Amino acid sequence: MSDIHALSGAYAVDALDDLERAQFERHLRDCEACTREVESLREASAMLAETTAIHPSADLRSRVLAEIATVRPLPPVVTAEPTPGRRRRLPAFLAAAAAAVVIGTGGIVWQQVSDDGPDSRIEQVIEAGDAQRFTQTFPGGATATVVRSKKLNEAVLITKDMPAAPSGHAYALWLQHDDVMVPAGIMPSGSDNQVLLSGDAASANGAGITVETAGEEHPEPEGEVVALFEFEA
Amino acid sequence: MEHLRPVTAGVPVEGAPAAPDLADLLKLCGRGDQNAFAQLYDAVASRVHGLAVRVVRDPAQAEEVAQEAFLEIWKNSGRFDPAKGSPLGWLLTIVHRKSVDRVRSAEASTRRDTTYNQQNQPVDHDSTAEAAQASLEAHRVRTALESLTPVQREALELAYFGGYTHTEVATMLDLPVGTAKTRIRDGLIRLRDTMGVSS
Repeated sequence: MSDIHALSGAYAVDALDDLERAQFERHLRDCEACTREVESLREASAMLAETTAIHPSADLRSRVLAEIATVRPLPPVVTAEPTPGRRRRLPAFLAAAAAAVVIGTGGIVWQQVSDDGPDSRIEQVIEAGDAQRFTQTFPGGATATVVRSKKLNEAVLITKDMPAAPSGHAYALWLQHDDVMVPAGIMPSGSDNQVLLSGDAASANGAGITVETAGEEHPEPEGEVVALFEFEA
Repeated sequence: MEHLRPVTAGVPVEGAPAAPDLADLLKLCGRGDQNAFAQLYDAVASRVHGLAVRVVRDPAQAEEVAQEAFLEIWKNSGRFDPAKGSPLGWLLTIVHRKSVDRVRSAEASTRRDTTYNQQNQPVDHDSTAEAAQASLEAHRVRTALESLTPVQREALELAYFGGYTHTEVATMLDLPVGTAKTRIRDGLIRLRDTMGVSS
């Protein structure tokens, strides 16, 4: 019997490394007892923040309120019916993707500006002295480039002319640690994006993009693989 | 100097004036209601910011983290599920995760580039925590923390406020790997049971 259950407390306070977290989240999907326990321990850990309250500057309030005014809240999670044969749709999707490239360009670039959040961090990564670039080109000319800076421990995904994910789906981003894909975020809509991948980029040995059902949590890739990037050490 | 602060919304305190219900506000936010978000902000900002400062330490970076967290809260407001926990627990989980991500990524850069060393000046927690003294809830939590054994409390605080992983905590405390995670879990369970938290 594994003692993975014992990680519930460390998970609740974010005290797992990326790999352990991915493994534990996989375990959570099948373990109702751990899920309940994590929920209650998270509640308990949040109480700790009661002891540290500090008024932020008035500046923060105006910045936050100005920022959210430019961003649309995500749709609620709706219980989607399972799509039969989803795993087999890759070739059709890629063909559609290639066809969609023409209409996918331009026009919506403004969307990401507000969506990106830490723009300056993205620029730091792209301009980092040790930045490594890994590019994939798709049929139709769309490109996806991962820029990684080990020094900054960050990676950025840059897409150009990327066709939209199929309706009800989104592009999910992953960092690969050994042979485990760790969730690294969801790509915002729009064909030309710059997205900061969350997670430990310096120690990752690769990255990936898959198509997943929108609005669901995906502890591991289930949908079609769109691109895989192998990092050089 | 703002020492006396009202207890903000989301924490039911007997006799407190009716405060906006955070779950209702989140629901409105999910529909794009910016006024509801402003109310939510006012109700939780000091806890959000205080937690970010405690973990990240650098005040300027902590504000960045708080801002990122608020954006994430706004974006995900429609996905808050009351069946899984309280609104405050949900949003502080987001803030904590963002704070921990920030210190870990800063640390990784520091490990690789020693010239970054000057960046992380520790904050004097005695003065920053002062603003929280007036909160009844804070007092209740401090009392509950007393019920933990000193070793549980030590491990839990290093993990939650220090942002260290359980294996790092084990090394820092000269414990065998595996012992720290048990202490963190046992400490949280005791805190939960003492505070009467339900999820």
